[in-house]
Amino acid sequence: MRKTLGMAALAAVLAGGAQAQSTADEIAKYREMIADGNPAELFEMEGESLWKTPRGPKKATLEQCDLGQGPGVVDGAFARMPRYFADTGRVQDLESRLLTCMETLQGIPASAVVDGDWNKGERKTMDALAAYVVTHSRGQKIQLDLANPQTRRMYELGKRAFYYRSGPMDFSCSTCHGEDGKRIRLQDLPNLTHKEGAIAAWGSWPAYRVSNSQFWTMQHRLNDCFRQQRTAEPEFASEVTVALSVYMAATAQGGVLQTPGLKR
Amino acid sequence: MANPMRIRAAVKDGFTEVRVLMSHVMETGQRKDSSGALVPAHFITELTAKHNDKVVLLAQFGPSVSTNPYLSFKFQGGAKGDKIVVSWVDNKGDSRSDEALIA
Repeated sequence: MRKTLGMAALAAVLAGGAQAQSTADEIAKYREMIADGNPAELFEMEGESLWKTPRGPKKATLEQCDLGQGPGVVDGAFARMPRYFADTGRVQDLESRLLTCMETLQGIPASAVVDGDWNKGERKTMDALAAYVVTHSRGQKIQLDLANPQTRRMYELGKRAFYYRSGPMDFSCSTCHGEDGKRIRLQDLPNLTHKEGAIAAWGSWPAYRVSNSQFWTMQHRLNDCFRQQRTAEPEFASEVTVALSVYMAATAQGGVLQTPGLKR
Repeated sequence: MANPMRIRAAVKDGFTEVRVLMSHVMETGQRKDSSGALVPAHFITELTAKHNDKVVLLAQFGPSVSTNPYLSFKFQGGAKGDKIVVSWVDNKGDSRSDEALIA
């Protein structure tokens, strides 16, 4: 009897493995099918019009926003971010840089986004703007300026944060993203410690999530990773989130961006 | 006013393929919000696609169609530069019409 049970359990495990594999294939197939009509494009269109619409107390557009390639240059800007900006004296990712532009050009306080809620108000505006900017780096190579000492410092900080265990479950980012072949439910998790995995992750966020019809920026993605670890959620565009992005982007250096991505 | 659609149309071997991405919440009327109140149904009911002035596709949509629907179809004929007009009406009487030229 006991032996029979053991065999049944083994059979179940084998079937489970096969099922997980075929489900991953099915998801890949599904993704391929709808990649043609990625609804992220709708956010991109909205972002483009927001970029050119005078807003905020100063009634200004973002067309003079300097994303590192000069004022108003959007093309290829995201492929070189996060980067060091001399005017703010900080290494900034796309979202934190957009915050700077909104504040300085339009007079919209950063707190409108930082203290806001996901998918609402100015944070939603941020989603659309990010969709617009990243689309203009699609197909380009990730090229971070790793010679810059400030970027190097953020890389080291990000690496430390990646392996730093905290919270009631004593998780770190590396618990889930430090080995090949891990998954949460049916979602395969990229191994962010090597180039291939980092390209898969950094190169496909921000993304449209089909399951909830939402567009998520990397800030949102990172925040949710912390929430899933049941640990303290980082502040929007805080130093640790930018540092983790630098670590990821640096590991993915040279890979091709597929942004905006499409997720389950 | 609803957000614009993205329409792309291309002719190949005598057939025109039209791809439409619509921006719509497509609420089923079955979901509840955080306070437990029913979210009212809000979905596209009818979609019309025209090639120049001729209707080439008439579709009835329902609440089972996803948020931000994507529709792709082919019809025989069409030439480069012809106009494709896609319009929809939803159950609240809201509507949207966008056009594109065949590439």
